Amino acid sequence: MRMLKKSMIACVSSALLLTTACGSGGAGPAENSGAPQAAAKPFEGKKITVFVQNHPWTDTIKAALPEFEESTGMKVDIQGFSDTQLQQKLAVQLTSKSESPDVFMFRPYMDKIQYSKNGWVTPLDEYVKKDPGYDFGDFVKSAVDENIVDNKLLGIPIFADQFVMYYRKDILEKHGIAIPKTLDELKEAAKKVHDPANEMYGFVSRGERNSLVVGVSSYLFAEGGDFIKGNLMTGATAAVNTPEAISGFQIYADLLKNYAPQGVLNMAWPQAAGIFAQGKAAFYTETAAVYQNVTDPKKSLISDKVGFAMFPAGKNGVKPFNVAAWSLGINSNTQNKDASWAFIEWATNKENVLEIQRNGVPGTRNSVWDMKEGTETYPQDLAEAIKETMKVGIGHNVPQVISVGEARDAVGTIVVKAVLGEDIKAAADKANADLQAIIDKDKAK
Amino acid sequence: MVSAWLDRNMKWIFTLPAVLFIVVMVAFPIVYTVRISLFEWSMSTNTPPKWVGLSNYTHLLTDERFWGSVGRTFYHASVSIFFETVLGVLIAVLISRKFRGQKIAKTFLMLPMVATPVSIALVWLLIYEPSIGLANQILKSLNFKPLAWLGSVDLVLPSLILLDIWQWTPMIVLIVVAGLTTLPTEPYEAASVDGASPMQKFFHITLPLLIPTILTAVILRLVDLLKTFDTIYATTQGGPNYASETLNLMVFTEAFHYFKFGSASALMMLFFLIIMIVIVTLIALKKRLGGLH
Repeated sequence: MRMLKKSMIACVSSALLLTTACGSGGAGPAENSGAPQAAAKPFEGKKITVFVQNHPWTDTIKAALPEFEESTGMKVDIQGFSDTQLQQKLAVQLTSKSESPDVFMFRPYMDKIQYSKNGWVTPLDEYVKKDPGYDFGDFVKSAVDENIVDNKLLGIPIFADQFVMYYRKDILEKHGIAIPKTLDELKEAAKKVHDPANEMYGFVSRGERNSLVVGVSSYLFAEGGDFIKGNLMTGATAAVNTPEAISGFQIYADLLKNYAPQGVLNMAWPQAAGIFAQGKAAFYTETAAVYQNVTDPKKSLISDKVGFAMFPAGKNGVKPFNVAAWSLGINSNTQNKDASWAFIEWATNKENVLEIQRNGVPGTRNSVWDMKEGTETYPQDLAEAIKETMKVGIGHNVPQVISVGEARDAVGTIVVKAVLGEDIKAAADKANADLQAIIDKDKAK
Repeated sequence: MVSAWLDRNMKWIFTLPAVLFIVVMVAFPIVYTVRISLFEWSMSTNTPPKWVGLSNYTHLLTDERFWGSVGRTFYHASVSIFFETVLGVLIAVLISRKFRGQKIAKTFLMLPMVATPVSIALVWLLIYEPSIGLANQILKSLNFKPLAWLGSVDLVLPSLILLDIWQWTPMIVLIVVAGLTTLPTEPYEAASVDGASPMQKFFHITLPLLIPTILTAVILRLVDLLKTFDTIYATTQGGPNYASETLNLMVFTEAFHYFKFGSASALMMLFFLIIMIVIVTLIALKKRLGGLH
């Protein structure tokens, strides 16, 4: 009986989902054919609410907003939150089927499976084709792929994260060390410059259990490992205790244990970036997106001494991650789908992506990266490293499950235990069992 | 007619607001939490809550992470309460004597208690910062090895306990000072006549007379201690690894990071039960000891 009821609910809800998807797809183009050019102020009197993260991206969009409101006639209410607040706020709004916010920022690499399963976002496949001038084909393919679940496009990537290596030019020069190209060279170099008595540490990176999972992923891939083998929907197995994965975890843990400052196990990226910016570490592996924390003279003592390079190669080659960090999506319950799309279309057009990118947020449009204006505000070596990483990068940096938070805690423990000197194989076996349990539960959802 | 009805039902009418308040604010949330704790629910709208009976509870009771949190909760609370009580009583007795600047001293003592816990946590985060923090600077100037404080699995709880002692000893002081002012003077006069030393007066008169006050302070403080969340979350979020994860932090993680609301509710109920047992025991103890004097 209960089974029957459950399957009925599933039928009804998937039917609902389908109708919203078809409805928006069908009605959209007809209603809006050539609207922006033809009718002046096509959305006169409409008001949409947008939930975003407080971020340089948001600042640039806010500054450009009055012009957009003037030309479309709609009012856009942008509400900024810190990322944890945003996540919690969204969870509440979306589970209660609220019509607001109309548009929101979300993290496809964390949320896409859950959002798709719960039917929280409007598929955008039809919308992106409406205006050829939008040139959706211009978006970086791996970033777009990150937003696709079951062949449906859930969001438009607005900025990307590439994992790169930060290093101190002056220190390398002083010791006559070349920029490390492999993880072994990185280890050697860190060892050579490590001088804790004079507060110079060889290496720093994230050590906090949950946060470090993003940091260690590129090491894992470089050694030929991954968090999970297979796809969650079709049958996945946890793979964090394979020899390749353990090798990746081990390299990262060794670097933290031997060459990082005390207290590294409490460090998420802001703390690690802080250590590097204070000039206390020679190497730092991190996403490119936070580079201004170490190159801005207001935040950094070593702003003019920072170099950037591709993440070093492991046994499996150069495999840093390149993910669509945040995307814009449309609430499936909103009444203003067309106005919402008009906002996203505007916010992610070439001009705005260029403007945002010039302000330090790496965008996801190839054409912008190819322009001189798109990269001239970046340190040249960083721009090169980002471009190269976008070509070869791996499209995820956390276990691809629904319960990402729980999975990250399970996996992060491996590195923490290894840094604390416990047996890494035992830790990995335990984490693998935990991760498998999470996968099995998620599959049943 | 009406007034007769009012007279007869006076007791119901006057208690009604209080009863309503308790039902809405206390009873309903508890009953609702018990209900959720019997389901598996991730706040999804497509997947309704799934009835799982007591499995959330049995799962927790076999989970080493849960028992670790229970242990840490008690370790943090009991060590803190011990030092806070001993220090609190001593400071209260000292500060009750007349001396110059007594008022200023009292005011300064209260400062940690009235500051916002999260800002205090951030201040201590800086103090404990391994490379530039005040704590390690002091150690270095005394030629000791710097410590990792919040970054070390073994030191993180003692560091948090130190923070708690600094912050909350004043509360015990405050209550005990109030208790001291109500003590009768006759026993002291009698003791002076009998030639008792100040130490004897303290241990044989002051302390026994203060026991009910101290126990009240301990109960109030202990309830808060078991529930500590703000300072721990703002400094370590339960880390490194799980070394400072107390029950309250685990509940938060289960609910708002993992979206396991059923399991979080079950955890909350177990936590509630634990606090009830501790407090009921203490109140019984207070009744017995209080009755002696």
